[in-house]
Amino acid sequence: MRALWKMTLVEAKLFWREPVGLFFTLVFPVMVLLLFSAIFGNGPIPGDQGLRMIDVMAPSYTGMVIGTTALLGLPITLAGYRQQGTLRRLRATPLHPSAILAAHVLVNLLMTGVGIMLLLLTARVVYDLRLPEAPLSVTLAFVLASLSFFALGFVLAGVLPNARTAQIVGQVVFFPMFFLSGAAGIQPDMFPVALRRVSDLLPLTYVVKLVQQLWIAGEWDLQALVVLLGVMVASILVSARTFRWE
Amino acid sequence: MEPVVEVVDLRKRYGKVVAVDGISFTVGRGEIFGIVGPNGAGKSTTVECLAGLREKESGTVSVLGLDPLKEGRKLRERIGVQLQEAALPDDIKVWEALDLYASFYRRSADWKILLEQWGLAPKRDTRFENLSGGQKQRLFIALALVNEPEIVFLDEITTGLDPQARRLTWDLVRKIRTRGAAVLLVTHSMEEAEKLCDRVAIIDEGRVVALDSPEALVREGDLEASVRLQGLDGFDVAALRTLDNVSRAGWEGDELVVYGHGPLLARVIVDLDHRGFTPSGVSVGRRTLEDVFVEKTGHLIRD
Repeated sequence: MRALWKMTLVEAKLFWREPVGLFFTLVFPVMVLLLFSAIFGNGPIPGDQGLRMIDVMAPSYTGMVIGTTALLGLPITLAGYRQQGTLRRLRATPLHPSAILAAHVLVNLLMTGVGIMLLLLTARVVYDLRLPEAPLSVTLAFVLASLSFFALGFVLAGVLPNARTAQIVGQVVFFPMFFLSGAAGIQPDMFPVALRRVSDLLPLTYVVKLVQQLWIAGEWDLQALVVLLGVMVASILVSARTFRWE
Repeated sequence: MEPVVEVVDLRKRYGKVVAVDGISFTVGRGEIFGIVGPNGAGKSTTVECLAGLREKESGTVSVLGLDPLKEGRKLRERIGVQLQEAALPDDIKVWEALDLYASFYRRSADWKILLEQWGLAPKRDTRFENLSGGQKQRLFIALALVNEPEIVFLDEITTGLDPQARRLTWDLVRKIRTRGAAVLLVTHSMEEAEKLCDRVAIIDEGRVVALDSPEALVREGDLEASVRLQGLDGFDVAALRTLDNVSRAGWEGDELVVYGHGPLLARVIVDLDHRGFTPSGVSVGRRTLEDVFVEKTGHLIRD
């Protein structure tokens, strides 16, 4: 336990010292929020009682924090660790491999939490975001969605040979998903039908759906929940088989 | 000497490539044991099998009486390892690395003392990427000692270091032994092995070609010393070959080279003087492990 705690602490410091990761987890989402809100404004949404643009957008943007951390930050860090020999060095200690993975999950969970808080706080202060119907459930959804995406990130981290390929593949996976899932604020129900089909295939779409539904209506989107749990289980099974330490 | 490492007929293949082809040796408590040989000779694979990081194909391996594969974590509690191509994150600070690695072990040394002992105290708050090659190497060794190990495995720790940093590292390795730990040193440098090790196993193409103390290996045969003489044009070499201490003599270019043992130089000079010859230049050489390697394998050690 002492090792896990120290490892998490050190990894948190390292995260804090890596400007690219910090940017994508903490700065980029806030930037997108401010830019898109400046473009789209914060008018009332027709038909919905008292809802304004920000109340739909801000919960969607949280998918961006989860996506960047899980698909860009985590695989780049771990693939880099493997490439450099950090994982090889750790394997020569009595530390259980699961402690290494657990530390990375904890740190990324923490940083995702900070990123989401920063995003929502900005939305609240600048655009008077309406508070969620069920704050505890929303928090639980953040954790579930994050874990599911981290598992996906471990699949990438396990098979990509180095930080550079992880960076490229991470971006290729993340950015289309970012725009098509609703995490960029543009909601898939405004897409043409064909594009909506694509959107339905992307895991991030279900993060957005899950969070939005809980935030606005206080209800669990069961389909989204099942999809995300499925992604988590499948990813864990795949990465357990494919993860390479060297 | 009580053995801390026992390897009998270790074999390992990667696909069709035979990396280790029946290696046997033992390491005693408190000994600095060297595994030397060219790159690709199977040295690192051997060490990885000993540390339980790689599965052997056949043979028996016992380290501190433990099976490295079945009791790997138990073993790694008691050994210190610095592997090749192993590193730390760029942004980790020296003290953080030591503090972190100390937390992995049930028993750990006070890393602040290690920091002092290895001359890293002034670099305590420096990030790994900003350390010099020698400082990185010292940090690696300090990390390998953080659990007060009974055996330390050091794989190519001076590769890429300048001569001064190398010498410094050698002193530090000798210091490890004074703490009572055995050191298993892997290197492709014959000079390093000769300077540091109590015993060395010379390995080539996955096999042990020679195993003894460096002194004994160098003394072995009658070619311990050599004398090179210049300015003896027209001298008949055959006369020298009859001397007691001379085992071989002949021309190498315009130099007359005499190999032998014992007080070779004195005998040769006196004999030349008797015959009325005085060389214009003389140099004396000692046989090195490098020469032993060439003799045993029939080829030069390639870097």
